[in-house]
Amino acid sequence: MMFKRRNHFGNAASSFSRNITFLGLIIFSIIILYPLYWMVISSLKSYDEIYNNVWGLPDVWHFENYATAWSLGISSYFLNSVFVTGATIILVVLIGSMAAFALSRYRSKWIDVSLYMIIGGLMMNPQVALIPLFELLTWMDLINTRWALILIYVAYRLPLTIILIRAFFLSIPRELEESAIIDGCSEFKIYTKIYLPLSIPILITTVVLTAYFAWNEFLFATVFIDSNDLKTIPSGLMNFRDALRTDWGVLLSGMVIASIPMIILLIFLQKYLVRGLSEGSVKG
Amino acid sequence: MVSRKNKWIPFLFLLPSLLFLGIFIYIPLIQNFYNSLFEFSVFSQTKEFVGLKAFKNLFEDQIVTTAFINNIKYAVISVLFQVFFALVLAAILEDKLFRRAAPVLRIIYFVPVMISISVIALLFGFIYNPQIGILNSFLELIGLENLAKPWLGNSTTSIYAVIAMSQWQSIGFITMLFIVAIQKIPKELYEAADIDGAGKIRKFFNITVPQVKETMFVNLLITVTGSMLVFNEPYILTNGGPGFSSMTLAVHMYQEGFVKDNMGYASAIATLIFILTAIFAVIQIKVSGTGKEE
Repeated sequence: MMFKRRNHFGNAASSFSRNITFLGLIIFSIIILYPLYWMVISSLKSYDEIYNNVWGLPDVWHFENYATAWSLGISSYFLNSVFVTGATIILVVLIGSMAAFALSRYRSKWIDVSLYMIIGGLMMNPQVALIPLFELLTWMDLINTRWALILIYVAYRLPLTIILIRAFFLSIPRELEESAIIDGCSEFKIYTKIYLPLSIPILITTVVLTAYFAWNEFLFATVFIDSNDLKTIPSGLMNFRDALRTDWGVLLSGMVIASIPMIILLIFLQKYLVRGLSEGSVKG
Repeated sequence: MVSRKNKWIPFLFLLPSLLFLGIFIYIPLIQNFYNSLFEFSVFSQTKEFVGLKAFKNLFEDQIVTTAFINNIKYAVISVLFQVFFALVLAAILEDKLFRRAAPVLRIIYFVPVMISISVIALLFGFIYNPQIGILNSFLELIGLENLAKPWLGNSTTSIYAVIAMSQWQSIGFITMLFIVAIQKIPKELYEAADIDGAGKIRKFFNITVPQVKETMFVNLLITVTGSMLVFNEPYILTNGGPGFSSMTLAVHMYQEGFVKDNMGYASAIATLIFILTAIFAVIQIKVSGTGKEE
């Protein structure tokens, strides 16, 4: 009897606290979503409406803001971002998986030293190297080119990529490669024909993490690229803001366009990103 | 083990990575220490050796003090929100009471993580805007218009406005890391606690917290290290202003180097940032055992 009564009482109290908690969760969702909703709605307004009608829907929907933003510069930032992100991904996956292959298949003093060097690379922050990298890229005559960003992004993404892929490679059964060796496969063939095809999930994780980094990187993109024609989206948006002054609808349209590719990518590949971020954070 | 015909094959596989790391990560790091002993500008051909003068100046630089305090404020507030609040949020979302709503809420909280920091910072520039910003408009709407202020233009609120934006963006990310960790806790632990009649709060402190201790520690270090490095948010929102009220060490370094062209002094600030983050990195390696061989 006692048990039953306590249980009943507990239910009433817990359903009250459940409702309060749920209300909290909903309010928090509104805090997160409302600014984004405001961005999308205001991107379709004229200057006057953004100024005078903060909360409402637009009277006239200015879809042309998007066309204006695209033709005033977002298109070039967008293509630069696509190129830089694409090249970074290809190089990181290729170079990183090669290193991971060597690190997972061989043991020697030099392999260990290399592994420590790569783990150490995880701890290095771009900020600290900013000025020497600026000098180096100037000396290499690469400053103000897209390659300045690509090479640096590759270098800073390699440590995490190698460590994630290596952990995956270590789980590949040895028997597979032994039979390949008996069949007369070269090391390079074992890498391309056995290791890479078996590792598609971790390679997708790497691609998503790298895309996320390269698409959003701001500091290097601001410092190493001066020419407006070569800027990627994050740093280009700053120029865009300064050039537009009060043409806020167009600026907000540009911001929405800049956000779309990552949102699409992550809606489809969210589980790879979450996995990569959580493994990366534990290892990093 | 398989016999190795060619000893240089693994080296060839490793070479590109080692070159990238050496040229773009390690040499610049050393170069930065070297640079901080000199005075020079971007296009000057020569560097003038000044020894440890830049480091002496660091301690006398009022902006460094303010920036460092701002970095600390960033760290403390971020730890409160992103380690403690995010853990509670993750535990609530994983509770079976919210089983149906949780998948949608998880995605909602994660949306800001997917958006580039430059877009977010420009957006919050609008939100904090004294004339058109939804923050002040909202305060007016609920009758608190006397609290409305130019958030970014006021030297007492600017750094907090910047920090608040960071919390808004990052909380979903850390929550997701906690959710992954909570999902790995064996269900039997909770079932046993249910039999003992333990309440939710007791289960949270007696099971969830100890079981995610490692993730908590890693998140703590990510958050603190990130706070020492923060650049994008204050740079875009306030550029360190008004005055230098919302300056952080990284923004100060950028301005000394690329705006005022004191490259040597900027290198010394970079060295300071390196030392601060290296301390946390060492703690992290020691505890999480990254360097351990399997």
